[in-house]
Amino acid sequence: MKKQTEIEGKERIGVYVCHCGTNIAGIVDVEDVAAWAEKELGDRGVVITRDYKFMCSSLGQELIEKDIKEQGLTRVVVAACSPHLHEATFRKACENAGLNRYLCELVSIREQVSWVHTDKVAATAKAKAVVAGGVERVIHHEPLEALHVPIHPATMVVGGGIAGIQAAIEIADAGFPVYLVEREPSIGGHMAQFDKTFPTLDCAACILTPKMVTAGTHPNIKIFSYSEVTNVDGYVGNFTVTIRKKARYVNEELCTGCGICQEKCPAKVIDDIYEAGLGYRKGAYIPFPQAVPKFPVIDKANCVFFERGTCKACQKFCPTNAIDFDQEDEYVTVEVGNIILATGYDLFDPRQISQYGYGRLANVFTSMEFERLSNAAGPTNGEIVLRDGVTKPTSVGIIHCVGSRDRNYNNYCSVICCMQSLKFAHLVHERTGATVYNFYIDMRTAYKEYDEFYQRVLEEGTLFVRGKVAEVTDAARLSIEEGKLIIQVEDTLAGVQRRIPVDMVVLSAAMIPRHDAHDVAHLFGISCSANGWFIEKHPKLDPVATMTEGIFIAGCVQGPKDIPSSVAQGAAASARVLGRIQQGEIALEPVRATVDQSICSGCRICNNLCPFNAILFHEDRMVSEINAALCQGCGTCIAACPAGAITGTGFSNEQIFAQIEGLMRVNFQHEKMTELA
Amino acid sequence: MSTNGKPKFAMYWAASCGGCEIAVLNTGEKILDVDANFEVVFWPVAMDAKYKDVEAMPDGSILLTLFNGGIRNQENEEIAHLLRRKSQILVAFGSCACEGCIPGLANLSSTEQIFKAVYDSVTSENAQNYRPQFHTTMPEGDIHIPKFYPVLRTLDQVVDVDYYLPGCPPESHQIAAVIDLVIQVLNGQASLPLKGAVIGAGQSTVCDDCPRQRNVKTIKAFRRIHEVEELDPELCLLEQGIPCNGPATRNGCGALCPKAGAQCIGCYGPANGVVDYGARLISAFASVIDSNDPEEIEQILDQIPDPAGQFYRFNLAGSLLRAGKPAWKQ
Amino acid sequence: MSEQFEPILVGFTCNWCSYRAADLAGTARVKYPPNIRLVRLMCSGRLDPAFVIKAFAEGADGVLITGCHPGECHYLEQNYKALRRYLLLRRTLEQMGVEPERLKLVWASAAEGVKLAHEISTMVEEVRALGPLDWPRWWNENGFHAVVEEQAQEVTA
Repeated sequence: MKKQTEIEGKERIGVYVCHCGTNIAGIVDVEDVAAWAEKELGDRGVVITRDYKFMCSSLGQELIEKDIKEQGLTRVVVAACSPHLHEATFRKACENAGLNRYLCELVSIREQVSWVHTDKVAATAKAKAVVAGGVERVIHHEPLEALHVPIHPATMVVGGGIAGIQAAIEIADAGFPVYLVEREPSIGGHMAQFDKTFPTLDCAACILTPKMVTAGTHPNIKIFSYSEVTNVDGYVGNFTVTIRKKARYVNEELCTGCGICQEKCPAKVIDDIYEAGLGYRKGAYIPFPQAVPKFPVIDKANCVFFERGTCKACQKFCPTNAIDFDQEDEYVTVEVGNIILATGYDLFDPRQISQYGYGRLANVFTSMEFERLSNAAGPTNGEIVLRDGVTKPTSVGIIHCVGSRDRNYNNYCSVICCMQSLKFAHLVHERTGATVYNFYIDMRTAYKEYDEFYQRVLEEGTLFVRGKVAEVTDAARLSIEEGKLIIQVEDTLAGVQRRIPVDMVVLSAAMIPRHDAHDVAHLFGISCSANGWFIEKHPKLDPVATMTEGIFIAGCVQGPKDIPSSVAQGAAASARVLGRIQQGEIALEPVRATVDQSICSGCRICNNLCPFNAILFHEDRMVSEINAALCQGCGTCIAACPAGAITGTGFSNEQIFAQIEGLMRVNFQHEKMTELA
Repeated sequence: MSTNGKPKFAMYWAASCGGCEIAVLNTGEKILDVDANFEVVFWPVAMDAKYKDVEAMPDGSILLTLFNGGIRNQENEEIAHLLRRKSQILVAFGSCACEGCIPGLANLSSTEQIFKAVYDSVTSENAQNYRPQFHTTMPEGDIHIPKFYPVLRTLDQVVDVDYYLPGCPPESHQIAAVIDLVIQVLNGQASLPLKGAVIGAGQSTVCDDCPRQRNVKTIKAFRRIHEVEELDPELCLLEQGIPCNGPATRNGCGALCPKAGAQCIGCYGPANGVVDYGARLISAFASVIDSNDPEEIEQILDQIPDPAGQFYRFNLAGSLLRAGKPAWKQ
Repeated sequence: MSEQFEPILVGFTCNWCSYRAADLAGTARVKYPPNIRLVRLMCSGRLDPAFVIKAFAEGADGVLITGCHPGECHYLEQNYKALRRYLLLRRTLEQMGVEPERLKLVWASAAEGVKLAHEISTMVEEVRALGPLDWPRWWNENGFHAVVEEQAQEVTA
């Protein structure tokens, strides 16, 4: 059991120290580092060391390529910037010279040394240590090949809101099959509930319905409505997805969508979903007239027949005999290459903020209720009225940031509330002539035409009060407050407390992650942020991909956003998927774990550790095995294996141990450091 | 080479309990094969011999030496060097020589703590507080006893070792198999394994030989075996919360302890290529604890009252850290 | 000017969060002491306790483990495994005489360059206050354990 460095054979290693102009060389004595490596690491196989102004330049790369060819280098260490910046560059240079790209190690002496330290001597010593770590590590590198996985041309889109619809249509138009899975009876999502959309005030139905119809009739799109994904197996390129088609008790083959069943159904139910609790639907129902698909659903919980055993009115009157009370949930399995998750958001329940009175004070409405009130196809045919259904308000208060930007609920900004509230203000003004107050913390009207809309609403005479509303109450103090809702707020611009009596209060409630977001994330093997939004691969540069290859996200599932951004993400996700499909296969980084089955004793410690279900256990042979295509290379199982039977490429034990030895080769033998941050 | 033509055999006992010697005797009639094929030149437990006799032998004249016990004192070390010089094949025999074993656990303590435990505990009558005197001047001259080292070392931390035969003690059938192998090599019927190999043991871990049913593991509580009201005789002990070291321990014993309803304590040491045995167990156990809440995790970990003893019972001297600070910093 | 003790820390970082936080600290030119040397892993779940032990055995005075915040692991929940291993390892090391303060676990997202720099600075000072750990280098030139001869016990009564 000798020290590791004693037992390796010799490689021919080239060490290249980058000046990065003065970025590195200004703090680190790069010539000294190079000279030191040549002298001190010669016994480790370092045969050539160079320092150069810009290693990443084409001249710098050529230097490496030339040395590989002429000096027969078998390993390359570049000490420069972060591997996240230029690892690919130097790997490519190695490859150009015929050296396997994974025999190159880039160590960071810029982000981790010259940019964060000011003591030149200490920084130079640390740079030496970092180089030594890289040299020791690279000795243990092995030539690797990227993993190539074929891509199944079909795609699954989960969630039939505007983001999902957009993604599905883009892919279908490109000629590839799409399965669009929607939990509700119809696609359309939240957008189908809206009346107008900011800032242009186009009618939501007018712009959404054609897209829904396109999706519904597209030869390449198969819609599974009233369905949920129950299981996902496989990996990028080859997912096998099981969909539960919930029994709608309507035979879709026979149904024409005439709506007679809905008409004849005697059961009347408050519609919590589509009408946001403001209206009714039947036990047998099509959620809204433009629904796609147009097939109704019989809501078992509220069906007279299922409750009492008699009725069957729908069945009697159905002209095509499509009602089937014996229908059961059906499980369908499909194969897809990629999956786009566009499962949207839930609305924050303002009951949690009891001082705003929602649920207690009749004329406090949520934003979604207001959308339905203002919708021409809504329960009041677009009449903006109080809860009694007849009285028009003469004054309306709209409160922003209800449940957002509030450390008691959600710290984040829900993005759409300002514009939505302005839209509400405009609609109230236009339809009722009532006085409108907007209570805001900050007005956020970024993006095209948004601020113009704000100016327009200002000009229309909407009153703006900057301040967080403390309370909405019906306890009048003055006679003018009698019978009104009084909004208590600190006007932070005027520096006064105000009590503003209004007839109606609208709460612009926060967008929150779906209640089952964590389960869905787990099902598809992706992760949620602390808030519960799905995490993108990179917040700026890879916003629709996830850490799990083959799983993409679009729309509000990734975070609050408006319709244009959701559509853009839907399109972006589809572009990513189409790129994959066109390629036919995908090359995966070969950072993978494998089990040495001759050592594995089948103890099953690792079996439960993989979030990607890449570890399978062979009961017959009592050994575990890792599916390389499913493995994402996190290495948790490697670290956990009690027998040391699991090894990992790219980050092997030997590599890490060697790197630690290298890092510790240089100790602090320098002048006292003057600076310590 | 040998006086009677037979190759020479030696066995030595350094810091150990003597169990390894018993294990050799337990091979039964196989011991006769040793006698038939070897000339036993040095085996202090079994026959009279003097160090100076060994010193007088030519270097490399002993073919096979089984060395058991760790290097606790100066004498152990001198004999290790002596036998290394005289032997062609030096085998670290048993857990003490391979990885330190129970004597190695003393590496958690300072020399004074060890002496206190030995000379001042309730089992010793030592009112005068006597301690070993390493040098004593007598009228007849200076006498000394071997120095006591602060840190116990494994055999390969002192001399070059050819093979390792683990176990506390090694199972007799495994010893017999090794004897057979060596005899076959002598007769030209087999070749020696690569230098540094572990012999007389398996290539996997104890679970490989354990008949208990194993499932996906999650551990909500660790329990000691007497705390379990009814132990499921069929089910993996670890899954029942018994901290069984089997998953990390090299097989070779035939899973004796788990089969008998007791957890594996790890005497066969780590599997091939493992750098630190205790780290493997720490990582494995912690990985399958069924909690993500720091407080609850701490409560569960409280149920392992002596982690170093649990994870390094046999391997402390052979581990990366080798010894606790009290031992080396005194 | 008194010569103060300069500890050496080894830091294990996650490729997706804390390593990027270190990058960010760099790009933002946030300063921290040069006493830490970072090792990149794919995930804190890759952290084998043996890596930490190795670092101490090689002479590190402290080890900093960093990973994504709970619930934000890029591999879903592997950082919880790192947490559990850390808690158990710390107990074990304490028995060996490694003060618990020498091993620290810190969550740092890719956006928390300043936080990471601050945590590093804090830990360097804490370990500096503890003094050197000075774990023996057990190997001599021949690869054998070299320390104990000089320390051999010569107790006199």
